[in-house]
Amino acid sequence: MSADTLEREQEPAGEHLTMGIDPWEKNWMRVSILLLVVFAVAITVAGFAAGFQLPGEESEVDPRTLTTEGPWADPGLRDLGNGHYEAYVLAQAWSFAPRELVVPVGAEVDIYVASSDLQHGFKVTDTNINMQIVPGQVSKLTFTFDEIGEYPYICTEYCGQGHAAMFGTVQVVSEADFAAASSDSSTDTSTDSTTPTTEAQG
Amino acid sequence: MTITERAPAAVEQPGYQLTQFERRFIGGHLFVAIVALGIGSLMGPLQSLEYSNVNLYKYLDPILKSYYQGLTLHGVLNALVWTTFFIVGFTNFTTIKGLGRPLSHPRVNQVGFATMVIGLLMAAVPLLLNQATVLYTFYPPLEASVFFYLGLTLVVVGSWIEGVGFYLTLAAWRKDHRGVRSPFIALAGTINAAMWQIATLGIATEILTMILPWKFGITDATDPELARTYFWFTGHPLVYFWLLPAYVSWYGMLPKQAGGKLFSDSLARLSFWMFLLVSVPVGFHHQFVDPGIPQVWKWLHAILTYAVFFPSMLTAFTVIASLEYAARKRGGTGLIGWVRALPWGDPSVTSQLLAGILFMFGGIGGLTNASYNINLVIHNTTWVPGHFHLTVATAVTLSFIGITYWLVPLLCGKQLWGRRVAVAQAWTWFVGMVIFSNAMHMLGLLGAPRRTPLGEALYVPDEWNGHLLRVSIGGSILLVAVIMYLVVMYKTVRGPVADPADVPQAPIAESLRHPQLTPVWLDRFKPWLIAAGLLLVLSYGPQLFDQISDMSLNAPGVDFPVF
Repeated sequence: MSADTLEREQEPAGEHLTMGIDPWEKNWMRVSILLLVVFAVAITVAGFAAGFQLPGEESEVDPRTLTTEGPWADPGLRDLGNGHYEAYVLAQAWSFAPRELVVPVGAEVDIYVASSDLQHGFKVTDTNINMQIVPGQVSKLTFTFDEIGEYPYICTEYCGQGHAAMFGTVQVVSEADFAAASSDSSTDTSTDSTTPTTEAQG
Repeated sequence: MTITERAPAAVEQPGYQLTQFERRFIGGHLFVAIVALGIGSLMGPLQSLEYSNVNLYKYLDPILKSYYQGLTLHGVLNALVWTTFFIVGFTNFTTIKGLGRPLSHPRVNQVGFATMVIGLLMAAVPLLLNQATVLYTFYPPLEASVFFYLGLTLVVVGSWIEGVGFYLTLAAWRKDHRGVRSPFIALAGTINAAMWQIATLGIATEILTMILPWKFGITDATDPELARTYFWFTGHPLVYFWLLPAYVSWYGMLPKQAGGKLFSDSLARLSFWMFLLVSVPVGFHHQFVDPGIPQVWKWLHAILTYAVFFPSMLTAFTVIASLEYAARKRGGTGLIGWVRALPWGDPSVTSQLLAGILFMFGGIGGLTNASYNINLVIHNTTWVPGHFHLTVATAVTLSFIGITYWLVPLLCGKQLWGRRVAVAQAWTWFVGMVIFSNAMHMLGLLGAPRRTPLGEALYVPDEWNGHLLRVSIGGSILLVAVIMYLVVMYKTVRGPVADPADVPQAPIAESLRHPQLTPVWLDRFKPWLIAAGLLLVLSYGPQLFDQISDMSLNAPGVDFPVF
């Protein structure tokens, strides 16, 4: 039997090959599409027109030389002037260096995180800073710390048995406290930032 | 709406009875799947109790070395082994029963199954010896035993081979039935197998071109960002590979079990084709906060992920309409009141209805995950496992459990043992999951990291404690539900052989409208495969080309034992 005869035989009289969509379902489909278009527009506007940022193509590094060369060999906060800072954070199994970042309230901080070994995560509680840390890549986000307080940064990617112990803290302090801290402990901060090599822990 | 009811002509599906060998073959898949679910689920409460500082791992030291080993077993056995073996076994069933004929090349499927089992055994050894505690995402340069990667590869390759078997069988049926629309459940199962074959190209490339050369010492390091891109090429469509067999049941079987028909044959087919088209080009939405991927690709994949949401919206309408049709035929009335007229005493129906209800919440949470901007709030937090315990661990797993409530008795020629226990099992799962998942979502919003023994973490603030406790309570209730399920399965399989009249039949739903009225383009692989290929090239091609040509194999990992 040819395809044609079969089709004609089985096609019930008076009806044609159509999707046969129920009117209610048609409306449901229209509403679904409208909803998804609204969502898409909303995330596009919020994502690109409202100053929102995600990590992206920043720069690449060599994980094998990360702890000996370049800015992550001496991680910590640098003052760029005018309330603008940059922070270099080194992620290693199983600690962050430095373990504490002290910033003055209102500081705009460019945070650069890189890993010399495994994948890690870097999420600062109660902020919009959340980055995947991938060996070979630099993860960067900028954040302005407008409120005094403690903001833990937590490793959010499994990286071995010490993963749950891997965290640090951003201390957002008043201008006065920051000035006092940086004048009397300028040596302290550098010791703090050179504690990173924890290979021995394994 | 005019409802035309006709018996489907020329579709000889109900007539074919499975041979003893086919029953055993499909049963073999289900056996592996259910054992994996049983072992994997026993690990779950170890995790959830740890959240409340009840660390049972220290008593299990000779068997399990750490929280992370338990978590790896939980993820691999439940999310990969239970799902894959069940799905391939079930697709054998829907192909044979849907087409009303045996497999055209049973040897192909047998080789496929044997490959999967060998792969599973190969991966199981390092998993149990704490040599592969890398979680089921195994992000390099975290390094597992080579047998873990080889085993995983064989499981995937075995599932490909079985997929070829389904395709050949469907093609053989079509040759004998020119011009006739393919039976829905057989077509849908084969579409899922095809989607899986396309999707797993990513993970295959990752293991074959990057991980194995590194493990065998040909290269001394990896490129972790490229590995992530390969992984998520497979990692997100993986969830549709899990979900679509549940949809096969919701569209093509559940209506019959509820006493009704499939509301729209053409839209059921359309949604499966759309899944073939848009399931794969969405992986970058798992990499929104990754370095090294330009924002524009992340954004594009966010939009495409919304496109995948559309066939799920179609499914919601068609499945609920089919159920309403069934319920009203059973005398149900009212705007919502008809729901009570559904056969809630049938454990298979109840499991799948409860699975569907929680899936709605899973879907809404999924929109959050897929959103280019708000994903940042929940990425790598407990929100994410909270989400996928609604989807894979409930929509999928509870539906599969519901399917086994008729399929296992059918294959064994027995009656289901303890129908009331089975109904209670579904409700227990539902309640446990509502508590567990809600608490996990809340914790995630507060910033709790996923995959972390929060009981021992030092940064946990007091405000998390209530939620941590609820995770433990929910997880314990789920353990009860799993044990109830295993008892029902064990007693059923060990029970006496039943009178054939008492053995469940395959519930294959007819559609309200004659399937022969469905347009031909909804019954053809070629246009959809071509479109899927083109979309993949457009959505992944340029960025993947960039990452491959810029590949730097410079991440050696660590030289001390990490787990």
